[in-house]
Amino acid sequence: MPDLGKYADAVLSSYAVSLGLIVALVVLSILRARKVRSALEEVEARVKKDG
Amino acid sequence: MSSIWEYANPKKFIATTSRLLPWVTGLAVVLMTVGLVWGFFFTPDDFRQGSTVKIIYIHVPAAMMAINTWAMMLVTSLVWIVRRHHVSALAARAAAPIGAVMTVIALATGAIWGQPMWGTWWEWDPRLTSFLILFLFYLGYIALWSAIEDDDTAADLTSILCLVGSVFAILSRYAVNFWNQGLHQGASVLRAGALVGDTEERVSNVFATPLFISMAGFVMLFIALVFLRTQTEIRARRMRALLARERMQ
Repeated sequence: MPDLGKYADAVLSSYAVSLGLIVALVVLSILRARKVRSALEEVEARVKKDG
Repeated sequence: MSSIWEYANPKKFIATTSRLLPWVTGLAVVLMTVGLVWGFFFTPDDFRQGSTVKIIYIHVPAAMMAINTWAMMLVTSLVWIVRRHHVSALAARAAAPIGAVMTVIALATGAIWGQPMWGTWWEWDPRLTSFLILFLFYLGYIALWSAIEDDDTAADLTSILCLVGSVFAILSRYAVNFWNQGLHQGASVLRAGALVGDTEERVSNVFATPLFISMAGFVMLFIALVFLRTQTEIRARRMRALLARERMQ
């Protein structure tokens, strides 16, 4: 860990906030992708079955 | 020769981006890891800014992507307006939350960086203010898509909003040049390295190399997320169409 001196709070909080937001964006994008994909498969199967 | 408009076909778009997605994602992870680890652990402190200079490896790429995301949305919105390709409108919709997050990161890290350097979290400086307005445009754009049920009407109206918001995306980039005032410094990154002789305001090579790698990583992350999120929007649109057809029977 580098010695960040008196600015350690500023540097570390910048990285924490940014990486937290990026991870949240990626996770939410993946979760929504999975949810929509399975919901579409369900609807397509139902439509196919009902003709 | 194949045309770019082939990718306006949703099936072709999903098939192609599905093949590319793992590679783009891998590249994003590698470049961001190298850029951020190099910048955080292996660069010296700046003689004026101390260790706060390490914030540059996140702040600058995020600010760059905040503006470039809007630029991408502008291009895809124009494609929608002119050629009526649904994939392009959905790509703009998919990109907006990414741009909003990048704008928040740029604003937040800028405030955290500004406090010890300028003695204030916020200043109604031309660049900061235009970034804040750009963020509000992102929120308005996302809200407008959600508020309108008909996809084509939503795409029309959000495309117009995107054209209007482009003024602030341009201002976010060039505000410092237009108004020679405020706390935020002028452009220094693209004058990095040995490109110019002026050594006064340019970013030193010691900081520039990991910064450029981090910027490339953010670009790859953006592309990967746009691929994934556009696929999702295409599927969601198809699902809405099927459900609507089902209700009519």
